[in-house]
Amino acid sequence: MAIMNVNPTRMELSRLKERLAVATRGHKLLKDKRDEMVRRYMELIRKNKEIREVVEEELEIALENFLMARAVMSPEMLEEAIMFPTRQVKLDISKKNIMNVHVPVIEVEQTSVEGVSPYPYSFASTSAELDVAISTFSDILPKMLELAEIEKTCQMLADEIEKTRRRVNALEYVMIPQLEETIRYITMKLDENDRASRTRLMKVKDMMEEREA
Amino acid sequence: MYKIGVVGDRDSILGFKLLGLSVFPVREPKEASLLINRLAKEDYAVIFVTEFIAKEIGETIDRYKTVPFPAIIPIPNNQGSIGLGMQSIKDNVEKAIGVDILFGERG
Repeated sequence: MAIMNVNPTRMELSRLKERLAVATRGHKLLKDKRDEMVRRYMELIRKNKEIREVVEEELEIALENFLMARAVMSPEMLEEAIMFPTRQVKLDISKKNIMNVHVPVIEVEQTSVEGVSPYPYSFASTSAELDVAISTFSDILPKMLELAEIEKTCQMLADEIEKTRRRVNALEYVMIPQLEETIRYITMKLDENDRASRTRLMKVKDMMEEREA
Repeated sequence: MYKIGVVGDRDSILGFKLLGLSVFPVREPKEASLLINRLAKEDYAVIFVTEFIAKEIGETIDRYKTVPFPAIIPIPNNQGSIGLGMQSIKDNVEKAIGVDILFGERG
């Protein structure tokens, strides 16, 4: 590890020692942060995978139903049937703080007019497949939103974990060894200077004694 | 109040309209990419994109990965899943942990 380009002085030495102390503390904190984030992440990503599996499976069934509905109805009839939905989904969003990562929290606010069926069409002119498709769709929606929330959280956590890991590694394998090396270098240099001046003084003393004798 | 958008081929996403989501049928990936940028500026908190479109506009989707909203989520279309959603989870794990721990046991 290369040493830093500094003057070997006592000032510099105490400055570097301070920096080393800060770096060590920062390293410890970041390492704790990383460990905790990975722990949280593991819980979430497992759940994420499970929900995605469920959603994908159910969505495929729902889409299949819808495909059937489309097949048995004429496109115009279908268009007409779904032109004015009776329901509206609004989201209430807020942010949650996980280890200083701001992740989304999504809450559903489904507004439907009271007493109105979720099917905004007359049953006479539409096929039963459409009804089935609609009901499966509305069953999946909450899960899809849950998936959205968790998946986003995982993405953001992964990003932050990567950043933190880089910082930890940079401190652990670059900054701290470099500081330690430089501190060692300065200490050695100062000691060497010390010894040099001491031997010089001893030599001078010897010379003076010789002259007096 | 925030809304939910669905972007994809018309046949796959029409059904979502009845649930009260806003559907945006697109044909070209470029169209979708412009649309997503527009929706992100508006009040859309969640945007579902069919995998067939999503795989073409990865760049646009990646842009929104680090901000809390909107959450852009790939979903299968009516021809089934092409595994993009699962792949993105897998990539995510590899990014965070370094090795794939979730899917490893499956071989």
